[in-house]
Amino acid sequence: MDTFLQQLVNGLTAGSVYAVVALGYTMVYGIIQLINFAHGEVVMIGAMVAFTVINLLVPSGLPPLAIVLIGAGCAVPICMLVGYGMERLAYRPLRHAPRLAPLITAIGVSIILQHVALMIWSRNIMAFPQIIPSRTYFVGGAAITSVQIAILAICLGLMASLAILVYRTPLGTAMRATAQNAQVAGLMGIDVNRVIALTFVIGAGLGAVAGVLFGTYYGIAQYTMGAVLGLKAFSAAVLGGIGNIPGAMLGGVLLGLVEALGAGYIGDLTDLCRWGLPLDACAGGGNFILFGSNYQDVFAFVVLILVLVFRPQGLLGERVGDRA
Amino acid sequence: MQQFFDTRSKPWLVWVGFALVGLSLALLPFALAQVGTTWVRIANYAILYVLLALGLNIVVGFAGLLDLGYIAFYAVGAYTYALLASPQFNLHLPFWVILPIGAAVAAFFGVILGAPTLKLRGDYLAIVTLGFGEIVRIFLNNLSRPVNITNGPQGITGIDPFKLDGFSFGAYESFLGLEVSGPIKYYYLLLAVALGIIVVNMRLQNSRVGRAWEAIREDEIAARAMGIDTRNLKLLAFAMGASFGGVAGGMFSAIQGFISPESFVLVESIMVVCMVVLGGMGNIWGVILGALLLSFVPEILRWTVTPVQEALFGRMLVEPEVIRMLLFGLALVLVMLYRPAGLLPSAVRKRELEEHVV
Repeated sequence: MDTFLQQLVNGLTAGSVYAVVALGYTMVYGIIQLINFAHGEVVMIGAMVAFTVINLLVPSGLPPLAIVLIGAGCAVPICMLVGYGMERLAYRPLRHAPRLAPLITAIGVSIILQHVALMIWSRNIMAFPQIIPSRTYFVGGAAITSVQIAILAICLGLMASLAILVYRTPLGTAMRATAQNAQVAGLMGIDVNRVIALTFVIGAGLGAVAGVLFGTYYGIAQYTMGAVLGLKAFSAAVLGGIGNIPGAMLGGVLLGLVEALGAGYIGDLTDLCRWGLPLDACAGGGNFILFGSNYQDVFAFVVLILVLVFRPQGLLGERVGDRA
Repeated sequence: MQQFFDTRSKPWLVWVGFALVGLSLALLPFALAQVGTTWVRIANYAILYVLLALGLNIVVGFAGLLDLGYIAFYAVGAYTYALLASPQFNLHLPFWVILPIGAAVAAFFGVILGAPTLKLRGDYLAIVTLGFGEIVRIFLNNLSRPVNITNGPQGITGIDPFKLDGFSFGAYESFLGLEVSGPIKYYYLLLAVALGIIVVNMRLQNSRVGRAWEAIREDEIAARAMGIDTRNLKLLAFAMGASFGGVAGGMFSAIQGFISPESFVLVESIMVVCMVVLGGMGNIWGVILGALLLSFVPEILRWTVTPVQEALFGRMLVEPEVIRMLLFGLALVLVMLYRPAGLLPSAVRKRELEEHVV
């Protein structure tokens, strides 16, 4: 039971970060049906910029919270700029091209961003300085740190504000209109290009914050972190129903839980000795584990494949027919 | 000049051309060996990439299914060969037995991946294949416990070279006064396999199956309406592409003598996609050009970038590897923006992309 609660807490924390990253994928997909392959790299750049600023500011003696806020405050505009730049230069010219063209461009952008980051920050892993005093609370046998609580709170806040933005403001209305039919939205006086660019900018801003949170949670950041994180977040977006904003939130949290619980239990579940198989290795309380927690990264992909096979529209998505 | 090269009035000129190309390809390894055996090896890897790119071209170019995990099939072929011809399990089967097995296993994996996912739309398929590639790599990395199959991240060493009745492709030999090293022998073998695959590709493209693939790529719903069994034909494309990858993987294993999961990372998949896209999806010669270009560019960079930087700045600022990847990324973006059909576009693809503008 303790493992269960503990993994629940860990899964919720990681999952809420996935959810915020997944929002970036789902917003862009919802509005122009593009899998923005480079979104993971934007998240990485956010983490790297914030870590650099934070490491620079640590000797200044400012209060730790202010340092982290300044770090995030530098990361968000830079990521927004990157998001705007890639929409403007790489995706906008291809908006009416066949579907695979912008996807291939997105792969190219992702490679470029990753290697520019490599040039700036080298291959070294950047560590998050231990400046925030982490307090641990115990809830029913599970340990939850103050950092985890903060991450959960920030993610919830971001999701709530995004929901308000999309469903309660004129810009949100314009975004939803563009997503439904860009041509008609344009005829209704909506500046479609501006709305799409803003969608990228907002997604990138969310990604930057997610990058800072993710880096803070695991304590490290590296130029390769974007690829796997991006894929997981994309899986989360698909799980919830891509293009669907509440879906991305649900998908992110669920994926985090699946991953944490899976990693916590797969070793026990695939221990052949536990199932009473008469193996040599089992003698004297040994075990014969087929798949250990080192398979953790597989879960996201398995979830992705299962969802696409059995419920391609995702949990909250609507079935859309093929259009000729 | 124009008059002289008019092949319509002088059809024999085509054959002269073929003979010249053949002769230069035949002499190339000896010329390269004069510079250094390394260059023969580089040529061999370039041909391996040609094999891979041609295999992926069936999937991406002919059938229009973007596969971002293609290197997984290469890995399957490589590991099949390595496990059946190395001290790992103390099996030493001959290569002409293993290569077909490797191709079949890879094709089987292709079907396993394809069967549940082929009803997905193009961009989803791309991501799922990418995930599949990663899953295969994670398994290769971790299948050393509890039973040691792949030897984990350390990889498998001591893989047998190709052998045929005492004639080993790995050994050095002197033949009619010519010094024939292992890589040179592999060069000819690879060249022969590449020619075979090129012929298969050309015949495929103009076959009933090839035309059906083209129809699926152009408009799947219309193709289905015309009575084409889209599911089976897409599966066939996946299986064929995968089996080519499997053969290339087996040869890679034998030439290298050592493999580890490191060789089958995502970047490699993307590199093969680059080759196909840059050269011209669906055009065999374009794809070959793309593969050769992208395999030689890193070598050229290695020989130029470091000295140039040292001359300019006194030290190396940017590694050639980083510049290579930046160039690849830039090439992908620029090709899609300005030449979406690739350097040597296929006739159909070109027409399609030019007319598709809404």
